[in-house]
Amino acid sequence: MGAGGLAGLADEATRPGQHTWVHAIVRWFFITVSLGFLAAVLLAPLATVFIMALSKGIAAYLHGFSDPDTLAAIRLTLITAAVVVPINTVFGLAAAWAIAKFEFRGKSVLITLIDLPLAISPVISGMIFVLLFGLHGWFGVWLQAHNISIIFALPGIMLATMFVTFPYVARELIPLMQQLGNDEEEAAITLGAGGWLIFFRVTLPKVRWGLVYGMVLCNARAMGEFGAVSVVSGHIRGLTNTMPLHIEILYNEYNFVGAFAVASLLTLLAALTLVVKTLVERTGYRRR
Amino acid sequence: MSFRSPSILPGFGLTFGFTTVFLSTIVLLPLAALVLAAGSMHWSDFVHTVLSPRALGSYRLSFGASLLAASINLVFGFIIAWTLVRYEFPGRKLIDALIDMPFALPTAVSGIALTTVFAQNGWIGRYLEPLGIRVAYTWLGVTLALTLISMPFAVRAVQPALLEVQRELEEAAETLGAGRIYVFRRIILPTILPALLTGFTLAFARAVGEYGSVIFISGNLPMKTEITPLLIVIHLEEFDYQGAAALGLVMLVISFVMLLAINLLQAWGRRQHVRAAR
Repeated sequence: MGAGGLAGLADEATRPGQHTWVHAIVRWFFITVSLGFLAAVLLAPLATVFIMALSKGIAAYLHGFSDPDTLAAIRLTLITAAVVVPINTVFGLAAAWAIAKFEFRGKSVLITLIDLPLAISPVISGMIFVLLFGLHGWFGVWLQAHNISIIFALPGIMLATMFVTFPYVARELIPLMQQLGNDEEEAAITLGAGGWLIFFRVTLPKVRWGLVYGMVLCNARAMGEFGAVSVVSGHIRGLTNTMPLHIEILYNEYNFVGAFAVASLLTLLAALTLVVKTLVERTGYRRR
Repeated sequence: MSFRSPSILPGFGLTFGFTTVFLSTIVLLPLAALVLAAGSMHWSDFVHTVLSPRALGSYRLSFGASLLAASINLVFGFIIAWTLVRYEFPGRKLIDALIDMPFALPTAVSGIALTTVFAQNGWIGRYLEPLGIRVAYTWLGVTLALTLISMPFAVRAVQPALLEVQRELEEAAETLGAGRIYVFRRIILPTILPALLTGFTLAFARAVGEYGSVIFISGNLPMKTEITPLLIVIHLEEFDYQGAAALGLVMLVISFVMLLAINLLQAWGRRQHVRAAR
């Protein structure tokens, strides 16, 4: 959010009354309160994650990752993200194409419906799939008769994750495509290009940073989701525990080094997400 | 008027079809299941579940703590946004990037980390204990967790609005003899008021539904530190799907009202903006 770098500084220097002592006190007050608040609420917990994870030394930290259940949780989280993120990316691209390139009735309703999962509590996001596919749910008896398990199994975890991460790519791409307009695409069509060629050679390069941005946020949420997945997973160790759920189990067993070791991985993932996000913003991409 | 305006671009059928089918399968059908499950309850059962003392206690905590967290973020969100927009200091860019951390950090991680810091023997908790302030396992802890996870929404809503405040107007007011407080009240506040309210509502909406970070720090005592999402989970674990759906419906209705409020606020903000630009 750089408010114009050097120009801003020059502006600052010529501003009348900027260097009076009242201004200095106000400035000191604002910076201190901001940093103090962030230090207590954000930085202290972040530091705790790593200090707790390493509290018994590097060896104990690394030993946490040799636990087969921990490895299974990491694998499950990676598999879930690897399935969910591409599907939601394809959806986001399709939704953005339909909404940004065409005018049709009910468009604003469609946009609101796409954003809906963001307004819903994660617990409810998980529960709706239990109501559909759980043992006492709508399709529960039928599923059991055909020996298909969705709840307390991998498909349920993927469905719940897909629901909570559903809007992330679409809501980056829709405003971006709307703003960039259709001139290049229309020019390509008059030159004889087909739909897929236009999509891959014209549209995709135009929106690439917005796409990366949306996918990174989608991935962070997919790997970190707790509430929705907790409701559908059944917490079976080594089978249906994702990393966040495994953290809960280890923590409740007072295995703090193990819990914070897994937490440290997710914290590094969050940091990496922010780095990519900042780099994308540096290309000039702005959230709309 | 036909359903859609003519366009020379291809792919409407494919993309629109895929979007609506996927949306219906993943989002709308499951949500319909919730409404129908709650709707299939007998009216008296529904009222009994939704207005039970335990449910009422959970609403009081969920909504009370969320309101408090959103209010805290209204104040600190403004202060942080102001600091980031108006002042240059070492590490400003890093702090600016870190604001989004609670958004990227899994809620379970925030939960266990906050609990550790604010527990009786934690870094901060040990200094609060002699003062008689207990954070972990009380409603204060719930408020703290909700404050952390909803903080980015408040800051990010106010930041762009603060950038748009016309400093020429502030200077003009100052040359005419206005004090800083007067300038703030008459120039800055009117410009950022819609953004402040949007940030407040977004933070509140996020906080009400939060589950992951709260359950670690709250202690989960019925009637005292039990939030509504946790009560839903408890109903589900007892295979009381209808009871869970009833509570879910109450929360869903409130979320819809919040969403509507956010949209109205943003429309109001845009109108203010247009009027200011004229």
